[in-house]
Amino acid sequence: MTAGPGQRSDAGAAEPLLAVKGLTIDLPGGARQRGLVEDVTFEVRKGQAVALIGESGCGKSLTSMAILGLLPAAVRVAAGSIHFDGVDLLTCNRKQLRKVRGGPVGMVFQEPMSSLNPTMTVGDQIAEVRRLHLGERRSVALKEASKLLSRVGIPNADRRLGSYPHEMSGGMQQRVMIAAAIACDPKLLIADEPTTALDVTIQAEILELLRDLRRDLDLAVLLVTHDLGVVADFCDDVVVMYAGHIAERTPVDRLFYEPQHPYSSALLAAVPQAGRARTSLTVIPGRVPSAGHFPGGCRFEPRCAHSVEDVCRRPQADTAIADDRRTRCGRVASGDLILKGTVRG
Amino acid sequence: MSAGMVIRRLGGGLLVLWLVSILTFLLVQLIPGDVAEVIAGENATVAEVSRIRIELGLDKPILEQYSSWFVGILQGDLGDSLFTNRSVADTIIEAAPPTVIITLMAIVVAVVIGVTAGIVAGLTQGSWIDRSVSALATLGIAMPSFWLAMVLVSVFALANPWLPATGYVDIREGFGEWLSYVILPSTALGLATAAELARHTRGCVADVLTRPYVRTARARGASGVWLVRRHILRNAAIPVVTVLGLQAGRLLGGVIVVEAVFGISGLGSLAINSVLQRNYPMIQGYVLFSAVIVVAINLIVDLAYGWINPKVRTA
Repeated sequence: MTAGPGQRSDAGAAEPLLAVKGLTIDLPGGARQRGLVEDVTFEVRKGQAVALIGESGCGKSLTSMAILGLLPAAVRVAAGSIHFDGVDLLTCNRKQLRKVRGGPVGMVFQEPMSSLNPTMTVGDQIAEVRRLHLGERRSVALKEASKLLSRVGIPNADRRLGSYPHEMSGGMQQRVMIAAAIACDPKLLIADEPTTALDVTIQAEILELLRDLRRDLDLAVLLVTHDLGVVADFCDDVVVMYAGHIAERTPVDRLFYEPQHPYSSALLAAVPQAGRARTSLTVIPGRVPSAGHFPGGCRFEPRCAHSVEDVCRRPQADTAIADDRRTRCGRVASGDLILKGTVRG
Repeated sequence: MSAGMVIRRLGGGLLVLWLVSILTFLLVQLIPGDVAEVIAGENATVAEVSRIRIELGLDKPILEQYSSWFVGILQGDLGDSLFTNRSVADTIIEAAPPTVIITLMAIVVAVVIGVTAGIVAGLTQGSWIDRSVSALATLGIAMPSFWLAMVLVSVFALANPWLPATGYVDIREGFGEWLSYVILPSTALGLATAAELARHTRGCVADVLTRPYVRTARARGASGVWLVRRHILRNAAIPVVTVLGLQAGRLLGGVIVVEAVFGISGLGSLAINSVLQRNYPMIQGYVLFSAVIVVAINLIVDLAYGWINPKVRTA
């Protein structure tokens, strides 16, 4: 198990590139739908790769959308702050936010086919970013777009500029998305499940590309995923989310050795192990509660194998257990519960 | 759009026209009563009727009749009017300009008003603008064009003498003059289509706004006019253009009523009189001419569709 490039060398001292504090996202209208995301706090430092991980519906995508103010119209941020490079993106004006979007923060989405404009050539979609942010003329921006296409590994870049998204494979489309996202040399790339919609072999290629870009551009990455393998491969820190809460925040290697939240350890146990024949698949009993039906205490309590009624039915606090580790499990925080990882240390 | 595709569409259009020619030809055969008797008049003798029948070739086998008629229309010969001895083609070409121009102007009115209102409504969903557009659109669709025409005449021509109430002048008599005669009829004809287009455009814009690629564009820093023009309108236009093509045929039918209200002697009055007089060659000519226009408009719409939608272009 390696922790990937860009080790936590500049940890601590420097101000983080991205600091999300107490982020709470509501669906207004009725108390029942409160807290789709509640009290989410994490940081991404310069050049660091952080994973936001969790099952579908745990609020990880909402969290990533909130950073650039791209939440659907129906939901809104109710509390918290999102500082990027010292500026609170939640309170800055529209113009400032527009400069950040596509400029110092690039974003890549899950389904490249539907996330690219079907009526615009890929060249124009990449060039658009430079035209918007650097005021380049179309011809100049298209030349840059061609370089970017080569940079993300698309052959015959000059010819490909005039292609439309539907003329490309899914992997190519995702490369185009990445080219557009890095067009203005961002410091942070937010990647919302960038490989989920792709074939396994293509997934590996895209991850490889992201890894190269991180190294060459000193790019920080916030990777939203539900794939633990991707996390282990690619990230420095991991933020485990469950039902709108952060369950655990930890350096990625520690997660596999000694998870600090029963949900993390259950997730680890649910990863099928290659090479072991005829073992039955471990699953987490029950399902993620839907928004508005979250339990009042620990949100994982109804599905937790380690639940102790009088402790776990009370709301749990996000507690630091080491410099770089936090958990929302009261039993773990108090030393009452010690969980075992899946990786034999 | 590839050349092959243009040829395919063109071929499709010609096939439709050929089928229309068969139906038009059969029209005369199927209608009760005998053309020769109509021409001969009420007091004609049997000998006179049969002489006319031979003159018109009605005694020949039906296939032979059709082929000689079809060869004729290929050469632009639609026969002669039964009553004036003028050629049908000449009569139609003479009557066509006001009808065609009012129809085209109605399309312009519909696109300008309908698409603009639809875009604004779609972009401001839930606002008072959006609600007023929806309400007006429902009203516009529900209102019959002859009634709308009369309201327009009474407001803009009778109560306030701004525009002429009836008639038509050729554009060669001055653009301003021509425009003053065209505005009211084309508005009366086009508003219902404008309402239809407004509703469709609103829906399409609202739909496109929810698409992931609009979110992507926002994530790149696009906003305002840039976002609307490059990412929303072109995608929203694809279904709207289809609706416009379907509406074209409706407009050509609706123009007959509007012509009647405004006292314009165009194809509409020609068609009505021909039907009342059982002037069969004229009816056939009118039907064929209308079919050519509808097919031509749809061909243009198809080509525009391919230009807007790159997926069709390469298909």
